[in-house]
Amino acid sequence: MTTAAHQQPATDKNASTKGAISIRNVTKIYDPKGANVLAVDDCSLEIAPAEVCMIVGPSGCGKTTLLNAIAGFHSITSGQIDLDGEMLCGPDKPLADQGADRVVVFQNGALFPWKTLADNVAYGPIVQGLMNKADAREKAISMLSEAGLSGVADKYPGEVSSGMARRAEIVRALINDPKVLLLDEPYRAMDALTKSIMHESLLEVYDRTRVTIFFITHDLEEAIFLGDRVIVMTTRPARTKKIVEVKINRPRDYRLLSSEEFRILVQETKEAVHEEAVKAFEAGERELA
Amino acid sequence: MGKASKRQETLGARAKALVSDLTFRRGVLSILIFLTLWEIGFRFNEWFGVMVPFVGKVDAPSIVATRWSDVVLLPGYWESWYLSMGRVFLGFLIAQIIGIPFGLAMAVNKYFRGMFFPPFEILRPIPPLAWVPASIIFWPTTELSIMFVTFLGAFYTIVINVLGGARAVDIQYLRAAQSMGATQWDLFRKIILPGTLPSIFIGAAVGMGITWEVVLAAEMISGGGQQSGGGLGFFIWSSYMGGVMDQVIVGMISIGLAGYISSSLIRYIGYRSMPWRRMF
Repeated sequence: MTTAAHQQPATDKNASTKGAISIRNVTKIYDPKGANVLAVDDCSLEIAPAEVCMIVGPSGCGKTTLLNAIAGFHSITSGQIDLDGEMLCGPDKPLADQGADRVVVFQNGALFPWKTLADNVAYGPIVQGLMNKADAREKAISMLSEAGLSGVADKYPGEVSSGMARRAEIVRALINDPKVLLLDEPYRAMDALTKSIMHESLLEVYDRTRVTIFFITHDLEEAIFLGDRVIVMTTRPARTKKIVEVKINRPRDYRLLSSEEFRILVQETKEAVHEEAVKAFEAGERELA
Repeated sequence: MGKASKRQETLGARAKALVSDLTFRRGVLSILIFLTLWEIGFRFNEWFGVMVPFVGKVDAPSIVATRWSDVVLLPGYWESWYLSMGRVFLGFLIAQIIGIPFGLAMAVNKYFRGMFFPPFEILRPIPPLAWVPASIIFWPTTELSIMFVTFLGAFYTIVINVLGGARAVDIQYLRAAQSMGATQWDLFRKIILPGTLPSIFIGAAVGMGITWEVVLAAEMISGGGQQSGGGLGFFIWSSYMGGVMDQVIVGMISIGLAGYISSSLIRYIGYRSMPWRRMF
C-alpha cells in the first residue's frame, strides 16, 4: 500500500515519437533598425524525438537565442521552427506561443522562492487547470519522492542545496509531461561532484521518460556524457559548425568518463570549440546572452 | 486544566529562554548602561573636569520615572496615545490601501505608469509638513488634515517601494511560470504579488517611521484647541510651554515606545506572511 502511491512516470508508449524539433534557416537579428546584431544566421537543425541534443559554443554565440525562440520568449527574424510537424514560429508568426509542451529549466534556477518544493512542482498542472490543488500536490509529492526528494517536499527552495533545488526544478518541468525539455546551462555554477550526481539523475529521468532534451552547455564532458549528438556552434552569428555523434550505449554511468572512446570524442569536440572560442575572444565582444 | 498548566509551562519556558538569550541580555544591559550614564550626567555637571552641559540640563531618568508614574494616572496622557496611534494607523492603512495597488499598477502597465508617474514624481519631493497649511484650509476638520498629512508621509515611500519591488521581480520567474502555462492573471497573482511582498514590507516599515515623525509635527503645529488636536505631539508641546521639562521627556520616550510597538507589529505580520524569508 505504501508503494502504491508511486505514480506512473510522465510518459506513455509513444513517448519516443513526440518531441521532434525542426529548425530551418532560422535567423535572428536583434534591434534591426539600430544596433543590428546578427545573433543567429541561417541556422538549421533537425532534432529527433527522444534525442538528447547538446548545444555547445562560445559565450554569447546565440545558443540561448535559439532556446528562447523555441520557448517563445523571443521572436525570430526569419526561418521556421516546427515541433512535431506543427509550426511554432515562422514567417507570419515570429514569436512562438509559450506552452507547457516545452518547459525551460534556467541557468540560475527559477524555482519560486515563496513556494515549497511540492507547491512549485504542483504549479504547472494547477495553472493549466488540469488538476485541483490537492491532486496536483499529491502527484508533485510522489514525483519528488521518485526523484529522491521526499524528505524536502515541504521545504522552501532557499532551505535546500542547489543540487536538490535543480532536481526539483526538473521534476517541476516533467510534471507537465512536456515534449521537450529546454535546459539552459542548468548545472553551470555547480562543483564537479554535485554535477556528476546531477548528470546521473538526469540520465535516469531520461531513461524513464524519453523526453526530447535540448541542452545548452559550456562543459564538453557534460555534453558528451549526456548527449546523443553534440552540436558545436560557431561564434556569433551562430551557425552549426560541427555535429559530433555520440554513439555510446545507454544507460550510461560515470565509468564512461575514463574510457578511451569518451576521451576521443571530447578531444574532437574540444578542437572544434576551441577554434571558435579563439575567434570570439579576439572579437572581444561582450556576452550577449 | 491540563491544557492551562501546559500553556503556563510553555510560557514560563519561553520567558526562561528569553532571559537566558544572549541577545536579549545584551539589549537590557545596553539600556541599563545608557540610563546609568544619563543619571550620572545629571548628578555631576563635570565629567573628569570637563563640563557636560547637554546631559546636565536634561532631567535624570529617576526624575522622569517619578513623573511618569504620576502621568500614567492622568486620562489625558492615555488619550494622547490613543489619538496619535489612531492617526498613525488610519493614515498608514489608507496609504497602504491606495499605495500598494497604485504602485503595482504602475509596475505592470506602462500606459498607467506613463500617465501617473510624472505627477507623482513632482509631488513626491514636497515634504508632508509643507502640506500642513494647505491641508488645514482644504480639509473641514483639523483631525482630517492631520490624517491627510500622515497619509502623505507613508504614501510616497510605499508606492516607490512597491513599484521598484514589482519591477525587480526576476524575469526568469515570469518566464518559468509562462512556460508552464500561466495566464497574465496567474503571473500577477502568483508571481508578481509574492515577489513584491518583501518590498511591500520594507515600504511599510520605512513608511511607518515617517508616519510617526509626521504625525508628531502635525500635532504640534495644529495645537490642542477646542475642535481637535491633542496627541503625543501636542502632549510634548504643551509640556514644553508649561515648562515641565521632565514631562517633555516622558512624551519623547512614549513616542519611542509607540514607534517600537508599531514596527514590531509590521515585523510580525511580515514574518507571518513570508514564511520563506527570515527578513528582520
